[in-house]
Amino acid sequence: MKSKTFVLFGRLMKHIIRSIDTIITVAITPIGIMLMFVYVFGGAIKASLPDGVNYVNYQLPGILLMAIASGISYTAFRMFDDKQNGIFSRFNSMPISRSSALWAHVLTSLVSNMITVTIIFLVALLMGFRSGAGVLEWLSVVGILALFTLALTWVAVIPGLTAKSAEGASVFSYPLIFLPMFSSAFAPTETMPAAVRWFAENQPITSIVETVRALLNSEPAGNDIWVALAWCIGIMIVAWFFAMRAYKHRV
Amino acid sequence: MTETAIRVKDLRKSFKNTAVLKGVDFEVRRGEIFALLGSNGAGKTTTVNILSTLLKSDGGSASVCDFDTGRQPDKVRQSISLTGQFAAVDGILTGRENLILIAKLRGIATPAQTADNLLERFGLSEAANKRAATYSGGMTRRLDIAMSLVGTPAVIFLDEPTTGLDPEGRLEVWKTVKTLADGGTTILLTTQYLEEAEQLADRIAILHGGKIIANGTLEELKKLFPPAEVEYIEKQPSLEDIFLAIIGKKGGE
Repeated sequence: MKSKTFVLFGRLMKHIIRSIDTIITVAITPIGIMLMFVYVFGGAIKASLPDGVNYVNYQLPGILLMAIASGISYTAFRMFDDKQNGIFSRFNSMPISRSSALWAHVLTSLVSNMITVTIIFLVALLMGFRSGAGVLEWLSVVGILALFTLALTWVAVIPGLTAKSAEGASVFSYPLIFLPMFSSAFAPTETMPAAVRWFAENQPITSIVETVRALLNSEPAGNDIWVALAWCIGIMIVAWFFAMRAYKHRV
Repeated sequence: MTETAIRVKDLRKSFKNTAVLKGVDFEVRRGEIFALLGSNGAGKTTTVNILSTLLKSDGGSASVCDFDTGRQPDKVRQSISLTGQFAAVDGILTGRENLILIAKLRGIATPAQTADNLLERFGLSEAANKRAATYSGGMTRRLDIAMSLVGTPAVIFLDEPTTGLDPEGRLEVWKTVKTLADGGTTILLTTQYLEEAEQLADRIAILHGGKIIANGTLEELKKLFPPAEVEYIEKQPSLEDIFLAIIGKKGGE
């Protein structure tokens, strides 16, 4: 049955390759925001950061999470499209495992987001991003970003299968795209008003950002890594439960 | 192997509080084209979805090739193919790629060859390497039906195969369905067009109010009505006759 999932994954990857503009659109907005933060606000923000902080490094994790949050709206859109066009019905009336079609979407979401993340890393490199991270630290960064992608992918499956329109299937990602703004991704939380600071310090993005930032700078990630993992896995399990329910009832 | 390909007994299904199927009974013999005729919302698609294992019934029984749709869905899926109400082709893939995809999913040893044979048979060879999104409605439906034939399933469900097609496309699909039946495939077809049932089906069942209210050959159904009275009326060409004459196609086969 695994081979059938890969046949279906191959199909969806053809979609991605043939509409390469979606990958570019997904990458271009975060890249624009990165240019803005580094070259417009960066100078001012640096004043409240310790001396010698590379601001490109500092803001990069937040940009990556933003890119993933906008990338999964396409996952939801592709699922909506397959449901709407009866493609799921076709596959599910064939002698293949019922979950194959769903897993193919999840796998495609993971791979396409990793491509976007790579593009953003390359642009950041041009802007002066430098990392002294070792192989193990890089693997951890990739692992956490993949876990975050998977968690949000399962979230995306829910609107993808239950939405009544293509717009409805993808708007859910807008608040997720903005979430990094209200975290420690672009400016230290110490300068924020008490209520915002409390929110910023206790929402999932901050722990993930802090972890990725520490790993890329080859610094100990401390407690943040466990909080980040707990958030990702927790979101994934809850979303998976509702996504599977939607798949069972709607497809 | 019995002579009955599809057996539906007292089939019941409700959505929330609305009973859609209230005890549907019919049988389809092997190799026959059976039309399930009914207006919009009569429960045709619900019946097809239960038979193709996409939906579970609330009561009664449904079996395809002697396999129960509820208890042996895997066996049923190996015997059937569903062409749903909306042509389920992948617009981003080419026609050929669509067929190869299905052939791979069905575990066919030579997917490319299977695809080429079907493209040839359905008159799609020229458009084989164009994206399916660029196909006309009739071509899309033909590709859709071709995809259902990959792996030669014993039973094919065609859910409103001509809804949304122009008259030309409808004739194309009718021709295709007729050739399928000649090949010995059992076909369950749903339609809301009387003419379509009349053109294609060996037997017709009328689904109305959640039950089958009539079932038989066209001749048998005609006998249910009072004997024909002879009336003389002027035969005006219908708009369809005119349309087809102008674009140079002959209608009605």
